[in-house]
Amino acid sequence: MQADLPPMSASSALVWACRRDLYLAARSRAELAVVRLFFLLDASLFPLSVSPDPTLLRAIAPGIAWVAALLATLLGLPRLFAADWADGTLEQILLAPAPLPALIAGKVLAHWLVTGLPLLLLAPLAGLQFGLAADAIGILVASLALGTPILSWLGATTAALTLGARGGASLLALLVLPLAVPVLIFGAGAVESFAAGIGAEAHLSLLGAGLILVWVFGPFAAALAVRIAHE
Amino acid sequence: MMTTGSFWFQFASPARFYPLAGRMIPWFGCAAVLLSLVGLYIGFVVAPTDWQQGESYRIIFIHVPAAWMAMFIYLVMAFWSGLSLVMNTRLSAMMAQALAPTGAMFALISLWTGALWGRPTWGTYWVWDARLTSTLILLFLYLGFIALRASIDDPRRADRACALLALVGAVNVPIIYFSVQWWNTLHQGATISLTAAPKMAETMLTAMLLMTFAAWSYTIAAVLHRVRSIMLEREAHSDWVDALMAGGAGGRGGTGGQGGKESPAATTEAAAGGRGIASTTQSGVAR
Repeated sequence: MQADLPPMSASSALVWACRRDLYLAARSRAELAVVRLFFLLDASLFPLSVSPDPTLLRAIAPGIAWVAALLATLLGLPRLFAADWADGTLEQILLAPAPLPALIAGKVLAHWLVTGLPLLLLAPLAGLQFGLAADAIGILVASLALGTPILSWLGATTAALTLGARGGASLLALLVLPLAVPVLIFGAGAVESFAAGIGAEAHLSLLGAGLILVWVFGPFAAALAVRIAHE
Repeated sequence: MMTTGSFWFQFASPARFYPLAGRMIPWFGCAAVLLSLVGLYIGFVVAPTDWQQGESYRIIFIHVPAAWMAMFIYLVMAFWSGLSLVMNTRLSAMMAQALAPTGAMFALISLWTGALWGRPTWGTYWVWDARLTSTLILLFLYLGFIALRASIDDPRRADRACALLALVGAVNVPIIYFSVQWWNTLHQGATISLTAAPKMAETMLTAMLLMTFAAWSYTIAAVLHRVRSIMLEREAHSDWVDALMAGGAGGRGGTGGQGGKESPAATTEAAAGGRGIASTTQSGVAR
């Protein structure tokens, strides 16, 4: 009976997977709220641990915002595949008559919409806490908008690789964080070079290039990783 | 498959590669010892004292080859990983698995010796120099590879997962390198430049090259030895390992030509995992 269904096109597969994950996310709002809260909580620890000095805080604000975004993304990664893997849904997705990279792309897009996008909305709040100027906050949001999807794709591939592996979250951190270093550098660098008067275009262009690169290769790498997990 | 490639493809089988690796280990092992003895002698005794850095510069004879190997081994590891994903060969994945610890060791050595050199020269053990930072990240990439390998029970799945990770890492390594370099230059400008090295005396260059070849030989010998152990461990229930463990003809093929014929110890060595280097030294004692 399944064989009679016509194969799904890539775009409708993407939309289907994205809508399904968005529905699921809407039903576990509390869990997602914690991830968002973690971003603000994380950023609030730095003034307490470093110094409440406004000039110092303003100087390190972009770095803190980016580290907090990176850690918040990391915290949300296990929920991308783990539940679907545990109850066998991922196996069904693998067998579905639709291109797997498109289905994975839909899942990652949904994941970014519920974990990455809220960070863009919360970042101005953190920026204000640290005394960043309004235009610097704009650059911070732009860099997060370009950079967090890259983190989602890097994370999706590695999260799929660690499915069923011992070590869980700490293993995921060890795998993702070194790979995320360029994103961190360019993201925080965009705001810092803007504040230094050099302009953020170069950093933002590189982040944009990375964004295109992960959207081209990410679906295939992540799909391969999901296949490997089911061998 | 019946083309010129077939000669090389036969060594993709662990049963064929195991004895070949066993014969190669003593050669590369001896080369590593000899080259490093000569290289260290020239580097520590013959080479002139640097007019600027004094004696402390001599650590570069260990530091530079180690740093080169750390970077190069990652590329080789990615190559074997790619091969194992595309051709689905067991041996390539085993090679990648065997390379990772040696690569991590060289990365650690280059960081450690760099810190020891930095203390008298720069006045500090660590600076966030672009090269130091990218080597540190490289070390983390190696450790991630090893950790992922260790936390997946099914060896075939671990092979493929690690292969994909190594490839993603290899794509990322140049990006990391350039991003870190750029980050550093943006932040603190050219404080210390490793690239503007003074002209090297010829003996220094000789010592450096000898040490580099020593590091290469050591890597080949150590990796082949490790891959032999991995082969035995993972193919423990296959016919060729059974034949090898039964001793006799299998054991002789495994330990290679040097020790097998005259030394009665050859069979016990084969049972213990067959160390090529051990067999040559023992037969030398017997003579």
